[in-house]
Amino acid sequence: MPHLHEDKIKFLEEMANTIRQDIIQMVVKAESGHVGGPMGMADIFTALYFHILKHDPKKPDWADRDRVVLSNGHICPVLYAAMARAGYFPVEELQTLRQFGSRLQGHPHRTALPGLETTSGPLGSGLSQAVGMAIGARMDGSTLLTTSAKKNINVYGFMSDGEQDCGQIWEAAMLAGKLKLDNLTCLIDRNNIQIDGLTENIMPLEPLREKYEAFNWHVLEINGHNFVEIVNAYEEAQAIFEKPVLIIAHTIPGKGVDFMEFQYQWHSKTFKPEEVTDALNQLRTLGGKIASEHQ
Amino acid sequence: MPANPQIKLSEHLLDLEKNEQRPTRDGYGLGLLQAGDEDASIVALCADLTESTRTEAFAKKYPDRFIEMGVAEQNLASVASGLAAMGKIPFITSYAMFSPGRNWEQVRTTICYNEANVKIIGSHAGVSVGPDGATHQAIEDIAITRVIANLSVFAPCDVWEGKRATLAVGKINGPCYIRFSREKSPVITTQDSPFEIGKAHAYWTEPKRTKPQAAIIACGPLLHRALLAADQLEKGGVKVRVINNVSIKPMDEETIIKAARDAGAIVTVEEHQVSGGMGSAVAEVLAKNHPVPMEFIGVQNRFGESGEPNELLEHFGMGVEHIIAAVEKVLKRK
Repeated sequence: MPHLHEDKIKFLEEMANTIRQDIIQMVVKAESGHVGGPMGMADIFTALYFHILKHDPKKPDWADRDRVVLSNGHICPVLYAAMARAGYFPVEELQTLRQFGSRLQGHPHRTALPGLETTSGPLGSGLSQAVGMAIGARMDGSTLLTTSAKKNINVYGFMSDGEQDCGQIWEAAMLAGKLKLDNLTCLIDRNNIQIDGLTENIMPLEPLREKYEAFNWHVLEINGHNFVEIVNAYEEAQAIFEKPVLIIAHTIPGKGVDFMEFQYQWHSKTFKPEEVTDALNQLRTLGGKIASEHQ
Repeated sequence: MPANPQIKLSEHLLDLEKNEQRPTRDGYGLGLLQAGDEDASIVALCADLTESTRTEAFAKKYPDRFIEMGVAEQNLASVASGLAAMGKIPFITSYAMFSPGRNWEQVRTTICYNEANVKIIGSHAGVSVGPDGATHQAIEDIAITRVIANLSVFAPCDVWEGKRATLAVGKINGPCYIRFSREKSPVITTQDSPFEIGKAHAYWTEPKRTKPQAAIIACGPLLHRALLAADQLEKGGVKVRVINNVSIKPMDEETIIKAARDAGAIVTVEEHQVSGGMGSAVAEVLAKNHPVPMEFIGVQNRFGESGEPNELLEHFGMGVEHIIAAVEKVLKRK
C-alpha cells in the first residue's frame, strides 16, 4: 500500500465528495434504495478503491486481486459509485440503479456485473463467504491451518452493525478465529442505526469490541471519516499474523448532509425535490467540513 | 427375468437373503474419496457429522482439504460459496434436515443465485433414519431443493449409484444436491451400471412386444420395493415398467412421457412428502405433456416418528403391498 501523502488525502476527500453526490443522484433517479448507510461509508469505500485495494478495474477477474465482500448488500450504491469512479464501468451507468435490465441490481448480484465478488443482501452471510475466500486463498498459498508467511491475497469484508444480530455472523467469526485467518480483514460500519431504530435499543451489541476479541480477532477502532485512520488501520492489519482483523469504523449515517446525519429514517427514504437540491448544494459547498476531520 | 439386462443390476436383486445391504451414504464416502484423488480442487466441509456422513475417509486422507465446521450449517453453506469463488469444488455434508433444511436461504442465495459450484450432500433423508425420530427425518428436502433455480437434485437408489452420483456432480459446474440415507438398503445396481445426469432408466421392463399396464417411477432406496412389487404384480399377470428416476432435476422428461404414453397410468414412489417431491415433479411434466391417472406413494402430509426403519416405512404407507395396492388402484382409474 503506498504512503498516504497530503496530496493523496486531498484527492480522496474530493473523490468521496463526488461519490456522495453520485449516491444521492442514483437513489433519486431510482426513486428507491438506501442512502444513509452508503453516505456514511463513502470515505471508507473511497479509501478502499483508490488507495488500499490491490486490483485492476480493467481486469476484474485477475486471479491475484484482493477480494471485496460486501455483506450488507443494501449499501451497494456506495460500492457501485466507487467502482464506477475507479473505472470498472462507465459512470453514466450509475443512473440505471434498480432499473429493469440494469447490471446494478437493487442488491448486488455477482454474475450481473464484473468486479462484484459475491451476491449479497440477506444480512449475515457475507462474513461466511469472506471466510471461505480467505481459506481458499490460503489453501493455494500454503497449507491450511498454518498461517501464510506472505499475504498474497487479502480478503476485505464489510458488514453493518445491525447484521451483527444474525447468528450466522458468530458462526463465521468463530471459524475465522479457529483457523487464524490473518488474510481476512473485516470492517463493521458502526453507525448505530438499523431499520427499526438505534442498534442499542433494538438489540444491544456492546461490548462489541470485546465480543470479537473473545472470538480471537484482533480488533481496531477508527473514525470512519478520517482517511489517515482508515489507511493506518488497513496497514496495521497487514502486520497482524495469527488472527483475523476486525475494524470497527465509527461512522455517521448520511454523513455530509446536515438533515440526513444521524437520522435512522434515512436508512431507506426517498427525497423530496427540495431535499435533493439542498443535499447536493451542501456537498458541493462542503469545503472543509468533512476535510477538517482529517487533520 | 424382466429386470433390464442393459442396466447390469445386482446378481441377487430380488433375493433379500443373499443381497448384500449397504447404506447409500457409503457410496458418498467412496465417491468423495475417488473424486478427491482425481481432482485436487475438491474440498470437503462437514458440520460435526464427519463419520456418520461418511466424510471421514476423505478427511483423513486430505486433512488440508477438509474443514471441520462445527454445528453451524448456515456458515457451512456460505463458507462453501466463498471457497467456490476461489476455484474450489466444495462438498458440504450434514444431515439433510439441517443442510439444506436449516440453511435453505444460504443455499438459495449464496450458493444457487450466486452460481457457486457447491455440492450439497444431505445424509439421513427419509423416515428410515429410524429411532432418532421426526426431528432428524428429512421428508421435505426434495421439495425445498428442486424449487431453487440453478440447483440440480439427485436421489440415488443404492451405494453404487450414490458413488456414481457423487463422482458425476464433481465433474459438472454448478450447484447440486444429493440426498442419501442412513439405513442399510438392498444393493440394486453394480459398479458397471450406467449413470448420467438428466437420465432415467427402466430397471424393470414389460415383456417384449407388449405394453406395460402401469409404470412405477421411483427414486432412492424405495426403488427396491418398487422392483419387488413389480415382480409380484408380474406373477399376478400385471405388466409393469419400473423407472429409476434418480435425476429429479434435471429430469429425463422424454423417458417419463414415454412411460405415460406406453402405460397410461403412473405410480410414483419416494421416501418424502408426496407434495412437492419427485412425484410432484413427474406430475408437472405429465400434466403439460401427457396427463394420465397417477398415484403417489410417500409420506401423506405427516411427520415421522421413532421406530425401526422397515416398521416406519410400512407405517407410513411405503411398503411393497402399498405399492401394489396403488398400482391396482391406478389401473381402475384408466
